[in-house]
Amino acid sequence: MATAILRESTIMKIHYGTALAAVALVAVHVLMRLTSGGFAASLEYETVLANYRFLPYALMLEIILVLLSIHGFNGLRVILLELRQGPRYEKAVSYGCLAAMFALIAYGSRTIIMTNMGMV
Amino acid sequence: MALQAAAGQASAQQTGTQRTITLRIARSNPAHDSSTTGFDDFDVPYEKWTTVLDAILEVKKSLDHSVAVRYSCRQATCGSCGMMINGRPRLACFTKIDELNSSVITVEPLQNFPVIRDLAVGFDSLFENHREVRPYLDRENTELEGVPDGELKEYPQSPEELEQYIQFANCIKCGLCNAACPTMATDSSFLGPQALAQAYRYVGDSRDKGKDSRLKVIDDSHGIWRCHFAGSCSQVCPKGVDPAMGIQLLRGYMLGFGGGSGNNNQK
Repeated sequence: MATAILRESTIMKIHYGTALAAVALVAVHVLMRLTSGGFAASLEYETVLANYRFLPYALMLEIILVLLSIHGFNGLRVILLELRQGPRYEKAVSYGCLAAMFALIAYGSRTIIMTNMGMV
Repeated sequence: MALQAAAGQASAQQTGTQRTITLRIARSNPAHDSSTTGFDDFDVPYEKWTTVLDAILEVKKSLDHSVAVRYSCRQATCGSCGMMINGRPRLACFTKIDELNSSVITVEPLQNFPVIRDLAVGFDSLFENHREVRPYLDRENTELEGVPDGELKEYPQSPEELEQYIQFANCIKCGLCNAACPTMATDSSFLGPQALAQAYRYVGDSRDKGKDSRLKVIDDSHGIWRCHFAGSCSQVCPKGVDPAMGIQLLRGYMLGFGGGSGNNNQK
């Protein structure tokens, strides 16, 4: 399980760190939605594409994706570990969450990269 | 039983100078029959100074000697008589009937512990977790080399250093904090507030040198990070210990915010 590689305190430091960083970056993201011609306009198809194609913004979205995936799936792991115990179950939960996290990051990154490169 | 009152009957009555209370005692015997659990009600006379333990012992003496309860010192020192009293973990010997302001007093075994019988629960997990955090001062044997036979070696400590941990040394291992802990209710592998607070008691002690091995035990997926800081452990402690604070101090120490005695190099 993840704790075999990392100590729980290291995992929790990453957990708290990703939360703090995500709060800061999501705040920037929300402010940019509000300041770029209004919230409704910011959700229009062309505006969204333009955002993805603007490299610094796409990079920020990628970082938010990574931060929230790490934080969210570790939170899910912690909740599931409290619901049931047992070595096999805990191993399955830890590796399952890790796999789901990588899958989500890969899928999200694919969207960001393809849109940024004009493939959408 | 003729002396048993009907469930829910309000019976705090003034009969001459003596009042009576309805004591509802949870009855179960998992080793014999795990399916039968219930309550027996007893009318028990009480005075201003009568404790819940006194009332239970009165039941055992006069009404039903088969009630199983564990107790010893009767002065909140041994930590044996913890139980749920009106839904809250308390020491029966330290809880006066008068202060509960209730005509019916319900006593049940402590939550989050396996029931042995009636009000007696098994403390094996509590003591096992307590042992796991190495609840003693860890020093090198070599420090005693060169000390002449018959002479003592002192490890001096300032009042400020004592202040770091002394409240946690008041723990009597009664298990009330573990019974109140919401994490313990779902996570059977969680070390629990009692063991974690004791870990801080020794991490915070300037004479201790065993921090690394102790922190390894609590830095586990069912260790200190699973505390949700509900604070219920501190609410129910009969000795005024604040396990929730100990856990947060220990977390701070592990995150590098200081705390603990930070003196692994003490001479």
